[in-house]
Amino acid sequence: MDDSVSAPHFLKPLLRTPFHRRARPLCQVEEFIAWAGYSTVDVFTTMEQEYFAIRNAATLYDLTPMVKYRIAGPDALDYLNRLITRDVTKLKVGRVAYCIWCDDAGLLIDDGTLFRLSEREFRLCTAMRQIDWLAAAAIGFDVVVEEVTEQVAALALQGPTSASVLRAAGLDAAMRLKPFEIGHFEAGAAPVMISRTGYTGDLGYELWMNPADAEAVWDLLMTAGRTWGLRPIGSRALNVARLEAGFLSPNVDFLSALHTIRVGTGRNPFELGLDWLLDFGKGHFNGRRALEQVRRAGPSVRLVGLDIDGNKPAHDALIYAGASARRRLGAVTSAVWSPTCKRNIALAIVDASHAALGSTVWVEIYLNRELVWERRMARARVVDRVFFAPERRRATPPADF
Amino acid sequence: MSAAGGVPRYDCIVIGAGHNGLACAALLARAGRGVLVLEAAERIGGAAATREFFPGYRVSAGAHLLHSLSADLRRDLRLDSHGLAAAATHMPTTSLLQGLAPLRIDAQGAGAEAGAYADYEARMRRFAGALAPALERTPPRLGAGRLSDRIELLRLGLRLRRLGRRDLRELLRIGGMNAFDWLNENFGSEPLKGALAFDAVLGTNFGPRSPGTVLTLLYRLAGQRIAGDAGLWQPVGGMGAVCAALAGAASAAGAVVRTATPVERVWIEGDRAVGVVLADGARIGAGTVISSADPKTTLLRLVGARHLDTDFVRRTTHFRARGLAAKLHLALDGVPRFAGLDADGLGGRLLIAPSMRYIEHAYDHAKYGEFSREPVLEITVPSVNDGTLAPPGKHVLSAILQYAPYAAGGGWDLQRPRLLKSAIDSMARFAPGLESQIVAAELLTPPDLERELRITGGHWHHGDLAFDQFFFVRPVPGATQYRSPVAGLFLCGAGSHPGGGVMGIAGRNAAREVLQGRG
Repeated sequence: MDDSVSAPHFLKPLLRTPFHRRARPLCQVEEFIAWAGYSTVDVFTTMEQEYFAIRNAATLYDLTPMVKYRIAGPDALDYLNRLITRDVTKLKVGRVAYCIWCDDAGLLIDDGTLFRLSEREFRLCTAMRQIDWLAAAAIGFDVVVEEVTEQVAALALQGPTSASVLRAAGLDAAMRLKPFEIGHFEAGAAPVMISRTGYTGDLGYELWMNPADAEAVWDLLMTAGRTWGLRPIGSRALNVARLEAGFLSPNVDFLSALHTIRVGTGRNPFELGLDWLLDFGKGHFNGRRALEQVRRAGPSVRLVGLDIDGNKPAHDALIYAGASARRRLGAVTSAVWSPTCKRNIALAIVDASHAALGSTVWVEIYLNRELVWERRMARARVVDRVFFAPERRRATPPADF
Repeated sequence: MSAAGGVPRYDCIVIGAGHNGLACAALLARAGRGVLVLEAAERIGGAAATREFFPGYRVSAGAHLLHSLSADLRRDLRLDSHGLAAAATHMPTTSLLQGLAPLRIDAQGAGAEAGAYADYEARMRRFAGALAPALERTPPRLGAGRLSDRIELLRLGLRLRRLGRRDLRELLRIGGMNAFDWLNENFGSEPLKGALAFDAVLGTNFGPRSPGTVLTLLYRLAGQRIAGDAGLWQPVGGMGAVCAALAGAASAAGAVVRTATPVERVWIEGDRAVGVVLADGARIGAGTVISSADPKTTLLRLVGARHLDTDFVRRTTHFRARGLAAKLHLALDGVPRFAGLDADGLGGRLLIAPSMRYIEHAYDHAKYGEFSREPVLEITVPSVNDGTLAPPGKHVLSAILQYAPYAAGGGWDLQRPRLLKSAIDSMARFAPGLESQIVAAELLTPPDLERELRITGGHWHHGDLAFDQFFFVRPVPGATQYRSPVAGLFLCGAGSHPGGGVMGIAGRNAAREVLQGRG
């Protein structure tokens, strides 16, 4: 931490997280990425090793750069209910909700998780900074909105043995947490808030703590996890897991309406298959009037899951109605070979005419084989975009591994 | 009116009994709608009211001259039969000049530059004539893809095209210019340019050098066209007579006007305005609610951010609506003796705006929360034309003091007496002995006007007239065409097209939109 503030900021434009001094020596391949203004690890050892730990053991992922906002005050609930498309009055204290919010035109700004910490205090975790939007949304409400990203260190503990790691670390009380539930515990001497949430679609938890306690909590978990296969992971392995779980990645599967410039590149929740998060009966929310119109007219494109023939990931591929590649239907946004499902999977935006489950489309894949480019048309089926959803992610208490 | 479940119900509720609210109410009532008008103040009138500010002395408390009251509206609602009469028409404008004879501008010309003025006048009249019909119509909405909007846009285009190539080119050239450059192109006489530039900046947040002041000048001239070119005129009984006549027309058509009944908020259910909630908690139902209050009051206070979208609220918050004009009222125990003026001149409009430089200088102060010791003034002595306003032999003086900042450095309690003294001193230079004639004085600063007239910012146009708050986009995108984002809630005040000045057009256009029923 010390060296992150010692130099003039322009000489060290990326911040270091409170876990940096622990993660840095464990990173064997020098693969770092910039994430929301922080330097974080992309790969510690190999992507495959880390990915399989997510699905077969337990993993520790530094979540600190996730942007966090504290929203508090007498009107905090009303404010959030106008901001967010879900009915926030239904969110009880001690619970978390996945949520989305839209601009006036009903186009998606971001998705995130909303933590209800008390009657009048919430935490909103988002992919990107957007204090301008949140502040504008606060006009007319008695509410304080402040970014607390640097005040809260966060770790994701994910994988089938993650509950066992918690127990080994003396946090057995956290075993009672149901999905999307929050609890407050002591990790050694450090107070931590634990939520049963995550971005892997697997059994897992997220731990929120004071940055001063970050290293102690890391050490405690790494020691406790030694017999449970715990290893630190970087963002690359996590991206495979999130795609298997069918989770959207901002700036990959959709672009925030606050950042689009060209007309037609913003996406509404109907197009992204997130319309289950819209509550038209709760009263006004931002973008509602525009979304009523979309609801009547229906979306023209849809985000779908694809199961593609062959084993070559369809990165950035264009999608066509037939193998002749004459009628274009859309494009792939994320693609990977799923090691767990043993399927060639992708998320894609396609024309609504071909968005029904079971529809057949054709994907144009470019392959570089020893610097020789080849083009391959592969058949793909439109499938449910949740490719992997093991029962263990929901079981309470979690099964022993 | 009907009452279901104890809640009284009308077809339409109009919030505010100013001239636009009353015009809207009268037209809706005449079309057969059951109309209730709710006014927060003890009396109707809003910014077009006559008020006794000192025992025996009455004055137009807000606007004090008519120049753009719609002639169609006046005829349509038969306002003359409801008591509207002129005490004076075609009132001349006289610019008071230090050490020189006053410069008189009227239909006959303007002093030395008579030839240039005639050319200028003719051209500006053609431009204003092409633009005037647009004031009386609902502006088209761009991008909505409705046929009626396209036709309206085409109509405007054709009207401008009819100006001919030379005039159209000239209009497009000067449309975005400032009055300073434009008048310098036309005239050499500083006093003449000062007097003409005054009309470009009166009631605005601009100086003559500000971009867009040719637009405000054309706007004023176009307003005169729809008034039937009666010139400046003064109604018998002061400006309150306009609202009294409108209220008479509304009542005759069956509308009910209730004063001293502040609306607390618009009653919204299922994303639709279904009535109003009064300050005492009582509810009154309505099929349609039409607000003549300023856009910020209507949208941010009566509706509230929680019923609106974020960007829309942000735009509404940024709607520029800070008044920059103060109002001065003097009770005088005799006729003020302005040097070099005949009786006809004294019954007209007097300006202290001797040059564009003088005006710009006064504006410069206001930009920084100060006011000039040499203020810009529009002075009338309405009691010269109308004996009902003051006791026999006594007079009232009503002046608009341009460039009084909303937020004065040190606060208005400290600055008000100083500004008053500056104004009286300035006038006394041209009317010796004025100070000793004063029986009572009242100076209303923009915050005073905000409080008294319930207009956010105390801006008598409800918001600046500038390119980004004009025509298609007035007051803000999302609240144009007299509609609001909330179904069943319409806007009919000066914050909507065509804007401020006592025209009555916003009220009339809004009534037409309500009756057309695209809610």
